[in-house]
Amino acid sequence: MMIEFLQTLGKNTRASFTKLGRATFFLIQTVSGTASVLPRPRLLLKQMYSVGVLSFLIITISGLFVGMVLGLQGYYTLSDFGAEETLGVMVAASLVRELGPVVSALLFAGRAGSALTAEIGLMKATEQLSGMEMMAVDPIKRIISPRFLAGLLSMPLLAALFSAVGIIGGQLVGSGLLGVDEGAYWSQMQANIDFQDDIINGVLKSLVFGFVTSWIALFEGYDSVPTSEGVSRATTRTVVNSAFSILGLDFILTALMFGDD
Amino acid sequence: MDKSVSPQNSLVSVRHLTFTRGDTKIFDDISMEFERGKITAIMGPSGTGKTTLLKLIGGQLFPNQGIINIDNKNVHQLRRADLYSLRKRMGMLFQSGALLTDMNVYDNVAFPLREHTHLPESMIRTLVLMKLQAVGLRGARNLMPNELSGGMARRVALARAIALDPMMIMYDEPFTGQDPISKGALVHLIKSLNNTLGLTSIMVSHDVQETTAIADYIYVISGGKIVGQGTPQEIKQSTSEWVQQFMTGAADGPVHFHYPAKDYVDDLLSSGKRY
Ligand SMILES: Nc1ncnc2c1ncn2[C@@H]1O[C@H](COP(=O)(O)OP(=O)(O)OP(=O)(O)O)[C@@H](O)[C@H]1O
Ligand SMILES: [Mg+2]
Repeated sequence: MMIEFLQTLGKNTRASFTKLGRATFFLIQTVSGTASVLPRPRLLLKQMYSVGVLSFLIITISGLFVGMVLGLQGYYTLSDFGAEETLGVMVAASLVRELGPVVSALLFAGRAGSALTAEIGLMKATEQLSGMEMMAVDPIKRIISPRFLAGLLSMPLLAALFSAVGIIGGQLVGSGLLGVDEGAYWSQMQANIDFQDDIINGVLKSLVFGFVTSWIALFEGYDSVPTSEGVSRATTRTVVNSAFSILGLDFILTALMFGDD
Repeated sequence: MDKSVSPQNSLVSVRHLTFTRGDTKIFDDISMEFERGKITAIMGPSGTGKTTLLKLIGGQLFPNQGIINIDNKNVHQLRRADLYSLRKRMGMLFQSGALLTDMNVYDNVAFPLREHTHLPESMIRTLVLMKLQAVGLRGARNLMPNELSGGMARRVALARAIALDPMMIMYDEPFTGQDPISKGALVHLIKSLNNTLGLTSIMVSHDVQETTAIADYIYVISGGKIVGQGTPQEIKQSTSEWVQQFMTGAADGPVHFHYPAKDYVDDLLSSGKRY
């Protein structure tokens, strides 16, 4: 009983470590493959379109609602202290520092990450990747690296879009519905949001999330068992592992960035 | 017996190859020679490892033992860059076609040209249309892979495999799924590619008639061993039970139709644990 448990534990640990090894090797190849993407901007643009632009709608709508909720909740709390003028600061800080990068990364993992895994997994299952290898075209350079770069670059842009739309949503609710002074909403925000502390750090976060989410999504697809079931499992793993990584990393990054002022 | 294959003149040589997958020995110490400018066919029952052999030759799988030389270079010891430049001179027709599903027929055939040459688009267009004409699918150039039938997809894949005018080409069951007319056209095409371009061809096929019609030399493999080899004439007259069974398609003989299993009646009558 005990022995069996230990055996399974040992086996699983070993499997996780070898998978981590494969993932690291894959990442190294992918990152070094990005050099060959740069001379071919069209490959990158096409992927930016499919991972980035096609996520616009979901990001915009979600950003708007999150901002509106922040406006409501912020107003209820702040008005207890007579501080509703600072609603703009609260909404913007929450979005730029936390919710923008985190929620847009979670949406990105669900919308674009899962699609990437399924696409790569199916390409593997239908021998398109080994076909490419036999045509002397490296699938990492031709297929994986452009998608990786596109995910990495799209993430901060999508997070910025999310935050911008959210701030507008907060303002619509705050001053449109609840009567916070519009001038105060914007000027308080301008005065109290710091470029270095808030905006740059938010962008850094979303770069990290874009890196990790794209890595997970592409690796899971590339490493999937080449059958329909294997691809569907890999897709699920992408979403789950990305969510864990995003939330865990967010805690670490927040502690590092906003720790002591 | 006249062994017309001499190692001196072979482009690809397989020497003492052993390859296992899990506990199954797919190949057990086999040696083969594929002569320059000739069509060499590999025949054998389904699941013996014909596709596996092509992948070993292409350097996508690694042998457990033995070596594979192409043009006097050991494929599995080449550096990556050298392997890739060797592959540019090798065409491979996958059993499944392996077309890129996000591109139409035209772009699929143009793919290797665009990746490996700096030819202007007008030249690429000419080449692509020539290759498509050769497989009879010039009119299908705007179709997407999911709009093709299995046989058509394979012909597009063939056009793509010859796009770079390789020195050798490996066909994995080119005739499967083809009607008699396109089968005939493909036989003719494979033969004429061989004659006019001096291509070395390795062809995996089950079609006894087509294969004996165009192959210069045939290997019959089964159970990880070579069970027969020779010119089509010799193969037809072979007295080996293995070869005879395969050529005549008898259900009974040394080759079993069934994948190894326990006794059928026992299996049906056993308690049948479900899994
Ligand atoms: N990825 C794999 N993992 C494990 N075993 C495999 C794998 N691919 C093939 N095999 C096994 O290797 C053996 C040979 O397969 P292969 O595809 O080379 O057969 P084949 O001779 O091409 O058959 P067919 O004529 O049906 O195409 C089969 O018994 C198969 O079960
Ligand atoms: Mg096969």
